[in-house]
Amino acid sequence: MPQEGDEQAHLTAERVARGNYGKLVAFLVARTRDVAGAEDALSEAFAAALESWPGSGVPTNPEAWLIAVARRKLVDAARRRRAGDEAGPQIQLMAEELQAAANVDTDIPDDRLALMFACAHPAIDAGVRAPLILQTILGFDAATVASAFLVAPATMGQRLVRAKAKIRQAGIPFRVPDGADLADRLDAVLEAIYATFSEGWTDPAGTESRRRDLAEEGIWLGRLAVSLLPNEPEALGLLALMLHAEARRAARRDQAGDYVPLTAQDPATWNGRLIDEAERQLLRASKLTAIGRFQLEAAIQSAHVVRRRTGKADWVAIERLYAALAAITDSPVVTINRAIAIAETQGATSGLNVLATLADDPRLIDYQPYWAARAELLSRAGEAIEADKAYQLAIGLEPDPAVRRFLQRRRERNLPG
Amino acid sequence: MQYTLYTLLIYSNEVAMQNASKKDRDDILAAYNAYSEAMQKAGVIRGLRPSGMSTTVRAENGKTKVLNGPYAETKEQIGGYFVIEVPDLDAALSWAARCPGASYGAVEVRPDWPM
Repeated sequence: MPQEGDEQAHLTAERVARGNYGKLVAFLVARTRDVAGAEDALSEAFAAALESWPGSGVPTNPEAWLIAVARRKLVDAARRRRAGDEAGPQIQLMAEELQAAANVDTDIPDDRLALMFACAHPAIDAGVRAPLILQTILGFDAATVASAFLVAPATMGQRLVRAKAKIRQAGIPFRVPDGADLADRLDAVLEAIYATFSEGWTDPAGTESRRRDLAEEGIWLGRLAVSLLPNEPEALGLLALMLHAEARRAARRDQAGDYVPLTAQDPATWNGRLIDEAERQLLRASKLTAIGRFQLEAAIQSAHVVRRRTGKADWVAIERLYAALAAITDSPVVTINRAIAIAETQGATSGLNVLATLADDPRLIDYQPYWAARAELLSRAGEAIEADKAYQLAIGLEPDPAVRRFLQRRRERNLPG
Repeated sequence: MQYTLYTLLIYSNEVAMQNASKKDRDDILAAYNAYSEAMQKAGVIRGLRPSGMSTTVRAENGKTKVLNGPYAETKEQIGGYFVIEVPDLDAALSWAARCPGASYGAVEVRPDWPM
């Protein structure tokens, strides 16, 4: 029978692991540059905690205890690797540095942001930045990360290992860059946070708890970025954007589990508290007067949910915001959304004209939202036959069964029989 | 760019499929049509066997037995397959995720080795 001490020890270890895992990894990595080594040492330290805390009681400062054990494991591992080498002084130096930092008995310094900047460094392949942040800051294992990003577990494992080796071997720095570098690099960090959130948000039914958690973790990372960089308008913009999207998570499905598009959602099903918070963050960002992609995207969300007060989305504002976004991103995805907004303000034919500018883009041949938008606008313009072809492609490219059913109903309505 | 052939094996519960309503079955069929159409438009499809027209061979005690239909010892059977040619496993996985069968059963992705 488990003792009360056991349970307490487990709970404490779990709490520390969840809330401070990234902080502990970051602390160790910033002083050793060895991500994989820090992760290994820390997981050994957690195992040691579960073994010794039930008997000895939970230490007054669990983080410092874990750091002290992890430090010993790191030094041992370094000694084993360099057995016979003349690397003694180096190990000694590392040990002393870790010791000195860990002896500050209050709070260990928070190096998570520096670690995030290292993970999102331009020298690291863009596709592995978000997975790397998930693993180092949140402690996700490779299989969980792989599943979230729809990549084979073995492949993801290799990519993470390679990226960590690169951080060490290429000497990627662990610091928050300043000046002009900060703007560029911050973008990559925010992109990675947004990728985390989006992976979770794309599971609308919330049936995969891993994915649902990813959306929460994305928001958590967004809050962390804002708390560490309170005067960066784009960090605030990203947080506002994620909160807006999160506020409408449940509204995307009706009672029967069928897909409900944004324009058909009942504002009563939105989370007003999250929307209010999103609006506050966006207002804070706007006072810093430096517009950017995430603020524009959050403002578009605002213009949609204004419907909860006025009964109507502000399509004129949405169209203008997408135009501004198109000017800074040059992304076909933005053009698709701008076409939909123009269809609302100027009619379906005008929207189709904007979509036509993308017709030769080879990236769109298997991009579902392009075909869904094309189908919808063609149908509204009365071109039922062409619309039917586009609906078929959109259905074939859609992985979500509820959205597929929705498109099938639209297709039947467009061309009955 | 080097392209690789992958076979997407669709495991589905055929009994559940037979018990589904006509409307649901029509929907699934239409979804499969749309899926293979999308693969054709994207130029990735190399072969397919959409429904259970198979024959199973098994040798027991030196005697060969031929059975009508797919091998049916488990609840989930291979209901069909697609062969696609794409740059890498990630591309193959994203097509597998769009397969209607992925939402009812499972889709296994196997690389084909060139002989």
